[in-house]
Amino acid sequence: MDAVAPETVTFDLAETGGVRALNAELHRPSAKSYAVENPAGAHAIAAGIDADIAVEVRGHAGYYCAGMNDGGTVTVHGNAGTGVAENMMSGSVRVRGDASQSAGATAHGGLLVVEGSASMRCGISMKGVDIVVGGSVGSMSAFMAQAGRLVICGDAGDGLGDSIYEARLYVRGRVGSLGADCVEKEMRDEHRTELAELLAEAGLHHDPAEFRRYGSGRSLYHFTSEHSASY
Amino acid sequence: MCGIVGLHLRDPELYPQLGQLLESMLCGVVERGPDSAGVAVYGDTRRVPDGHAAVSVLLPAGTTPEALKDALAGLAPVVTPAGDTTLVAAPTGVDALVAAVRTAFPAATVIGSGRDLAVYKGTGHPRALAETYDLAGARGWQGLAHTRMATESAVTPEGCHPFSVGPDQCLVHNGSFSNHATIRRDLVREGVTFDSANDSEVGARFVASRLAQGEDLEKALLALRETFDGFYTLLVTSADGFAVVRDPIACKPAVIAETDAWVAMASEFRALASLPGIDAARLYEPEPGKVYAWTR
Amino acid sequence: MTSPAARGLRESATFDRATIAGIQHAARTGVYDIRGWGAKRAVPHFDDLLFLGASMSRYPLEGYRERCDTDVVLGDRHARFPLHLQTPVTIAGMSFGALSAQAKEALGRGASEVGTSTTTGDGGMTDEERGQSKHLVYQYLPSRYGMNPAHLRAADAIEVVLGQGAKPGGGGMLLGQKISDRVAEMRTLPPGIDQRSACRHPDWTGPDDLAIKIGELREITDWEKPVYVKVGATRTYYDVKLAVAAGADVVVVDGMQGGTAATQEVFIEHVGIPTLAAIPQAVQALQELGLHRKVQLIVSGGIRTGADVAKAMALGADAVAIGTAALVALGDNDPQYAAEYEAIGSAAGYYDDFQDGRDPAGITTQDPELAARLDPVEGGRRLANYLRVLTMEAQTIARACGKAHVLHLEPEDLVALTIEAAAMARVPLAGTSWIPGVTR
Repeated sequence: MDAVAPETVTFDLAETGGVRALNAELHRPSAKSYAVENPAGAHAIAAGIDADIAVEVRGHAGYYCAGMNDGGTVTVHGNAGTGVAENMMSGSVRVRGDASQSAGATAHGGLLVVEGSASMRCGISMKGVDIVVGGSVGSMSAFMAQAGRLVICGDAGDGLGDSIYEARLYVRGRVGSLGADCVEKEMRDEHRTELAELLAEAGLHHDPAEFRRYGSGRSLYHFTSEHSASY
Repeated sequence: MCGIVGLHLRDPELYPQLGQLLESMLCGVVERGPDSAGVAVYGDTRRVPDGHAAVSVLLPAGTTPEALKDALAGLAPVVTPAGDTTLVAAPTGVDALVAAVRTAFPAATVIGSGRDLAVYKGTGHPRALAETYDLAGARGWQGLAHTRMATESAVTPEGCHPFSVGPDQCLVHNGSFSNHATIRRDLVREGVTFDSANDSEVGARFVASRLAQGEDLEKALLALRETFDGFYTLLVTSADGFAVVRDPIACKPAVIAETDAWVAMASEFRALASLPGIDAARLYEPEPGKVYAWTR
Repeated sequence: MTSPAARGLRESATFDRATIAGIQHAARTGVYDIRGWGAKRAVPHFDDLLFLGASMSRYPLEGYRERCDTDVVLGDRHARFPLHLQTPVTIAGMSFGALSAQAKEALGRGASEVGTSTTTGDGGMTDEERGQSKHLVYQYLPSRYGMNPAHLRAADAIEVVLGQGAKPGGGGMLLGQKISDRVAEMRTLPPGIDQRSACRHPDWTGPDDLAIKIGELREITDWEKPVYVKVGATRTYYDVKLAVAAGADVVVVDGMQGGTAATQEVFIEHVGIPTLAAIPQAVQALQELGLHRKVQLIVSGGIRTGADVAKAMALGADAVAIGTAALVALGDNDPQYAAEYEAIGSAAGYYDDFQDGRDPAGITTQDPELAARLDPVEGGRRLANYLRVLTMEAQTIARACGKAHVLHLEPEDLVALTIEAAAMARVPLAGTSWIPGVTR
């Protein structure tokens, strides 16, 4: 366990009050730094943060950890359940282990780093967030992704980027299959530059030249019967 | 819609703790299914002594476990009531015991049978039911539990999971099938009978009919995947193992944890949080459409 | 020229002219018809019910003097700040995008004037509507367009939308004509594209996971706001039970006549059940849970008059929501634009091409010139007038039935004109004690 600075306030979720007391404090913070002990898969840990505070979750989190984060820095020293950092606006969330389904779903901003792997629907409907996954992602990731960047250092499952809008996807490993209207795109210097920045922010050391870029073929932007199989 | 937990023990040292561990797991999924709960325990020789067959029964209104015991007196049964469920064990064959129960009380519902298996089902709060079943006192090598939030069928003991419709088999389901009525009609035409209107029972009867045709668990579950529409995470157990499968879209959650001492599966991690050695366990989510199976 | 009928020509009942036009459209374009409004087919409705006013066996209340309240409290099961509305008639969710900013503002003004709530839609919250709405319900939809925790906190209630009466099981649509720069920016989409919304939420499925999602929304908003769950009417009995199990404070049931801004015609006309059939199912579910009037029921889909309001409430609703009728009150389908409706291939009283963005009344459009036709202050005044009439009409009926509150109306105050309506509403056929399917 990391050393805890003296100004850090510790919440033990095994004690009474649980998540509700924790979140009430985080919404009107009296400190800059918090530690959460015994998360034991509880839901909505550190959801709705609206301030520049740091939260260390020491264990595995349940659903919607750091949901709608707006400015906080949340680290999960374990795995995160469904919808980690869902609809994040700003700030950063780091999962040291694996993330479950729908990591970073619909998030508008900020940075989500999953050091392990993320399961299905990673970055579904993402709206501007940056997501960097150290391992692999499951199927239907970046489904209907609207904006933002998803970096996958491992492999991507089937249906990557199905019905994607303007999000950019970078994949280092194998892609199981591309979803409807998701196409490989040329990797130009500007892309290598932004990828290098994202990897550096995430603290991962891969050569951007090892990645391929994917994005929208923009063929579903206007509804015609020729695309009926894709609807 | 529900919560599922299952535990398959590899280390015999843990057998005496099976019930305690399962109960702690059950408590982690109570909120997913507050209507009712069911439990299955494999290998508790105090409930199903060696050389005995066991049948779990929901008795019709107006009958008592004592009346059942009297009716089966010739088989020297041990009859143990636990809430809505009555467990009957007797030193005879499984088929013979099931037939004897059905003859004595044609209106009774057999909710489980086997040489190694005790099944309990009932309505009410899962924590209270765990006490009714004396889950904490159970021992054995494998068990599962289910908490139910009823979707389109009634909250009754018959409608609870697990569905145990073949010898030493159990199936629990989280999700909702969307073409079960047609499959039910097909099975009925083949002579299969049903105890409830529950969609999950259709899944259990389908798997049982495949197993009865000689398929193994994995093959039966692959057939289920090809036949059933809808969303499901299924945990299926048999006389020698444990299998997990999710539908290809895989919206309903599942987490698997493995150590040298056990394999555990639950709808959510919080149900696994208190297992011994969980910090060192290999934790992962089953992939869509893939069958995961373990045997003894 | 004499009409075809006068010349002895016979129209097919199966292949009527609208059907023939539909086949011709499909063959010409290869695209199914997308339109706005709700179901246009005739279905059993509130018109098929009548009230039993007081006479000798019961005493009516004197209008204008004797008390008959209309206020309702919504969402007091878990939330710290439930809504207290002065009338049980609320404004249903309609998006900025589907409607112009002026129309959204007018809805807020009209609703606020009479002390009721209005609702955002699939596109986020605009400053105009928040600013003008005393009680604003913020919809939480599968697309999460413009979804923002600051708006979540700024809302007075949260409505988790699973479906809509016009298209239960289907996702939303907004065609490119209406994706203006502002709409595109709010939804994080390229301007001018045909936008599709998902039919399921991206991060939960089913009631067990919805319970966890509702828990998160409550955590984020410090357990202050009521959480509604909205479903399109289909398997309503089960859906209402599950919404309550998942933790809803209020359940909103939208019948098949409920409107949409843009949906496939086949969906609008062929999926879902009539509002009349849904209410008794919802009420039965709540009663079996012991939560009728504790978890409030809002009903929408085809509410037009105070009689409809009173009938919905007598069947067990706590409040109703209006959408299409509110747009009509603002000026939708106004005869003053008759020539313009004709020019775009429709007619005043028939216009349903809300997807097209060419609304002459300036309501279902993002065209700045057309939108400027609707003065939000004047539109708000018209809506407030209409809401007052609905409230007074419902009150008039409640008094005639001897009730001191419109919530005291009950199914026993109603009879049905047709066997179909009697069976769906579970009230007796007029003049008999026969409720088909319930009594013999």
